[in-house]
Amino acid sequence: MRSPGVGLEAGAAAYASHAKDRNGTVMMGSFQFGLDSLPVAAAMMQFKPPAASTIADSVDQLYLFLTGITIFFSVLIFSIIFYFMLKYRRKAPGETGTATHTPMMLELTWTIIPSLICVVLFVWSSSLYVRNGRPPASSTEIFVIGKQWMWHLQHPEGPREINELHVPVGVPVKMTMTSQDVIHDFYIPAFRVKKDVLPGRYSSIWFQPTETGTFHLFCAQYCGTNHSEMIGWVYVMSPTDYATWLAGGEKTESMAAQGEQLFSQFGCGNCHSPDAGSHAPPLAGIYGKPQKMQSGETRVVDEALIRQSIYFPSSVHLPGYQQIMPTYQGQIDEEQMLQLIAYVKSLSSEERMSGK
Amino acid sequence: MSTAIAEIHETPAESGVNYLNATYGIKSWLLTLDHKRIGLLYLGSITLMFFVGGMAAVMMRLHLVEPQGALFEPETYNKMFSTHGIIMVFFFLVPSIPATLGNFLIPLMIGARDVAFPKLNLLSWYIFITGAALALYATLSGGVDTGWTFYPPYSSLYSHTHVVAVALGVFIAGFSSILTGLNFIVTIHKMRAPGMTWFRLPLFIWAMYATSLIFVLGTPVIAITLFLLGMERILHVGIFDPAVGGDPLLFQHLFWFYSHPAVYIMILPGMGVISELITAFSRKKIFGYAFVAFSSLSIAVISFIVWGHHMFVTGQSIYAGLVFSVLSFLVAIPSAVKVFNWTATLYKGSISYEAPMLYALGFIGLFTIGGLTGLFLAALATDVHLNGTYFIVAHFHYVMVGGAVMAYMGGLHFWWPKITGRLYPDLWARIAAAIIFIGFNLTFFPQFVLGYLGMPRRYAIYPSEFQVLNVMSSAGASILGIGYLIPLIYFIWSMRYGPPAGPNPWGAKGLEWTTQSPPLTENFPTIPIVTEDAYNYPSEGAHV
Amino acid sequence: MSDLAHGAHPQGFAHQFEDIEQQRDAGRLGMWVFLVTEILFFGGMFTSYTIYRALHLESFIQGSHQLVVKYGATNTAVLILSSLTMALAIRAAQTGKKKGTIIFWLILTMILGATFIGIKLRFEWFRDYQEGLIPGVQWFYNGPHAPGVRMFMCFYFFMTGLHAIHMVVGLGLLTVLVVMTARNKFSSEYYTPLEVSGLYWHFVDIVWIFLFPLLYLIGGRYQ
Repeated sequence: MRSPGVGLEAGAAAYASHAKDRNGTVMMGSFQFGLDSLPVAAAMMQFKPPAASTIADSVDQLYLFLTGITIFFSVLIFSIIFYFMLKYRRKAPGETGTATHTPMMLELTWTIIPSLICVVLFVWSSSLYVRNGRPPASSTEIFVIGKQWMWHLQHPEGPREINELHVPVGVPVKMTMTSQDVIHDFYIPAFRVKKDVLPGRYSSIWFQPTETGTFHLFCAQYCGTNHSEMIGWVYVMSPTDYATWLAGGEKTESMAAQGEQLFSQFGCGNCHSPDAGSHAPPLAGIYGKPQKMQSGETRVVDEALIRQSIYFPSSVHLPGYQQIMPTYQGQIDEEQMLQLIAYVKSLSSEERMSGK
Repeated sequence: MSTAIAEIHETPAESGVNYLNATYGIKSWLLTLDHKRIGLLYLGSITLMFFVGGMAAVMMRLHLVEPQGALFEPETYNKMFSTHGIIMVFFFLVPSIPATLGNFLIPLMIGARDVAFPKLNLLSWYIFITGAALALYATLSGGVDTGWTFYPPYSSLYSHTHVVAVALGVFIAGFSSILTGLNFIVTIHKMRAPGMTWFRLPLFIWAMYATSLIFVLGTPVIAITLFLLGMERILHVGIFDPAVGGDPLLFQHLFWFYSHPAVYIMILPGMGVISELITAFSRKKIFGYAFVAFSSLSIAVISFIVWGHHMFVTGQSIYAGLVFSVLSFLVAIPSAVKVFNWTATLYKGSISYEAPMLYALGFIGLFTIGGLTGLFLAALATDVHLNGTYFIVAHFHYVMVGGAVMAYMGGLHFWWPKITGRLYPDLWARIAAAIIFIGFNLTFFPQFVLGYLGMPRRYAIYPSEFQVLNVMSSAGASILGIGYLIPLIYFIWSMRYGPPAGPNPWGAKGLEWTTQSPPLTENFPTIPIVTEDAYNYPSEGAHV
Repeated sequence: MSDLAHGAHPQGFAHQFEDIEQQRDAGRLGMWVFLVTEILFFGGMFTSYTIYRALHLESFIQGSHQLVVKYGATNTAVLILSSLTMALAIRAAQTGKKKGTIIFWLILTMILGATFIGIKLRFEWFRDYQEGLIPGVQWFYNGPHAPGVRMFMCFYFFMTGLHAIHMVVGLGLLTVLVVMTARNKFSSEYYTPLEVSGLYWHFVDIVWIFLFPLLYLIGGRYQ
């Protein structure tokens, strides 16, 4: 589904031709394609990035409407000003203007109409925002760690990427992201998605690509010296190509399998297993379930709580358990943390260990 | 009886004493208590800061003509944009109109002899230049690379630059703002001439009052924020470090709690100037006086509750996003009301096109565009795509430069004859205004396009498909730079060679125009008694 | 309104004003505006403290227990008393008492203010130094919740330090007032500097009244 736009076909061709050259030696923007006529080349000045996700068109429509409002009111004000400038220019040196009275109706009108426009804009943009914020339940999850100055991406099946993201077209993808150092921001203009990536917490976005192709990935929150080099490419592939890509490359274990190895490497099973007595809460099937805390508050067991429990165990009180878990801060890095979390997620209810 | 205004061009007597020549010597300036001289001291300091910040901008735009960067290593570019932002925001825009035109004009416009606390006024200038000197020194000895926003953890744990020194400079300069705001509030409340009721005040005073409210309420918060950042950096307190239980987003909330109202500090005085210029050059009462006055106050109040719109993509809750979004739309309405009222003031006016009016008209157009592009950012769904891109940069430059700086230039040109007693060459002034207008639009309009295309801001190098628009923008910046240099030259020239101005070269209404140019040190020989509304131009009657 | 003839203004009249009433009104309004800025200033700190207390309650309780309540309580009493003596000084000026009386109350206020700082320095901060409770300067706390206790102590020193700086400024103001009184600058018609300094002093007192429970009394010491 192509969106309208000036010379978008040519623009898309330009994008495709950039894709061949993704290692930094990119060609001059608008001038190189094998397009013949100059008018076309001139007309191909792009005004927006490719609309390559399910939400891109709706965002573009809102943007177009906003542009229309801006143009309308700017032209209105400019024209009225020009008209008055000409019509009421001073004709003689001592001349003054003519007093006019301020009708309340006029003041109210030009207060209420902009307010109504703002209401429309607010409702439209908010409903879009809320809708766009909810990932479909069937989303594939991909994990992102931002660090100065690169993006580490990990597929749950195992493959890891740096500054590149391969995804299948037509499948919703949820990115769960954290930073290893400063605040970064994960931005894919073609999908119209962006979210800050912070240290010490997980943030997430989702998107569903609608066309294959190669699209920019940028860091959009200033993060230090090489902020402008923290960029990459998103490759949207057909499902078969994606499956091939996933299976190819070096053999890697799934994140959950790697997590399982870490679980035994760090001796988590010493407490969190059926033979360990009742030292530690059982982990099977707890992911996604509500958990009552000592303070009475109920929290859902999500990535954030698991991370908090491993890095700051003394801040997590469960009723009936002593606080004897040591902290693993400094021993487990963010990537390993995500693998451990994947492992915990994978523990199904049938394997639920006995315990309180 | 003629209803026309006699345009007075008398030459003041050769032996005319005024505030400029009443006392001589450097001590009489450095220890002055005269609000007019203090205004000029500020004028000199902030003009210097403007050109320093402007140099940084020129360097940045020259660097960006090439995708791989034409001039600097990324580290240096990062310092350039940080310097540009810090100097322009804290040491130019925030003090500009208030400390120069505000200091000079407020007592004159309300019929007082000086501000309420002249010694505090002088102190505020010394505090300002102390902070500015420290920030400049830190800049020249290595600078900072955190951006003017100083976000931790980068600024607290990772940056190897002079963060504390620059933050301290800003911290110190903040007290200058607080004292200025305090002085203005008390002056406007307590020192109006007999008969100068609130609703007879020029709208510039309403705007300065609203601005002063923001000065006193917002600035202390940035002071504490920078203090905490400094402590974090020196003592590693941990309040912004997640590894020890802190939260970097707390910094952002504290920072924007001031910095959003701060942008209204920058624009409200400009709006006040525009009200004066439009009425003076249409020779007409302002359309909707009460609406414009109350709009200034509403903008000041609402400005304190919209800060979260800078944080829509930080992961704050959807509800917070919705609240800040609706309030951000709300704050746009009073500004729109003002634009309509200014435009309507032109109706049946008697309009002339000297340089101040050209700046005022340019303001209205560019502020309209800049303000409307703010709606794209108040709207959650589009802000997600646009945040952190050049669209933001374009938006705020349209309102800050196309708005506030043009208003400042218009005000300088309008009141220059009053301040110096001299006229500047209007032809050159109009040429410069046109060059600035053209250069400005060429610089910043392409940045809207760059933003939607996805080019992030604060990038030292960028994908080559963005080059054409970047080159356009840099070309515009060169033109803009020339545009700003021209007034510098003719203003300085006019101080010695400009023809004498006379009390009221524009035939404008307002107490300041009833005094000689330049005014006496004590402003008025006797305190005037006010009997008429603001902008009480005689109506031409049957003029069509 | 004033029935002083123009030109026959009392001592201390400043010529940007039209009459002494205007000057007095302006001085009062100016001090109130300044105090509002101080509320925002301390408010930023209080807000940050409150947020972190909510996020790390147990650490902050632990941190609070490192403070000695009796010194804080004594200081509270000292400051409240000093506000009384300050008010009495202003009252003395208002009712036209001899300058000796005014100076007596002012000096008493200064003694109490200095006592406050003395107790802080000698019994609290010096003790904190000895026990290694000053982050970044002398820190060897190794009890439970060390990172959170460290954060608490940072806030403690920032907040009480900022407050103490304001106290010292207040002492400076009082010194100037004593000198001005001695030089006969005040009368029952004009004592505005005393009045606005009194406002400032009361404000600094009120800040302490918020600080004391927030810092010293949290954490169920009295359960």
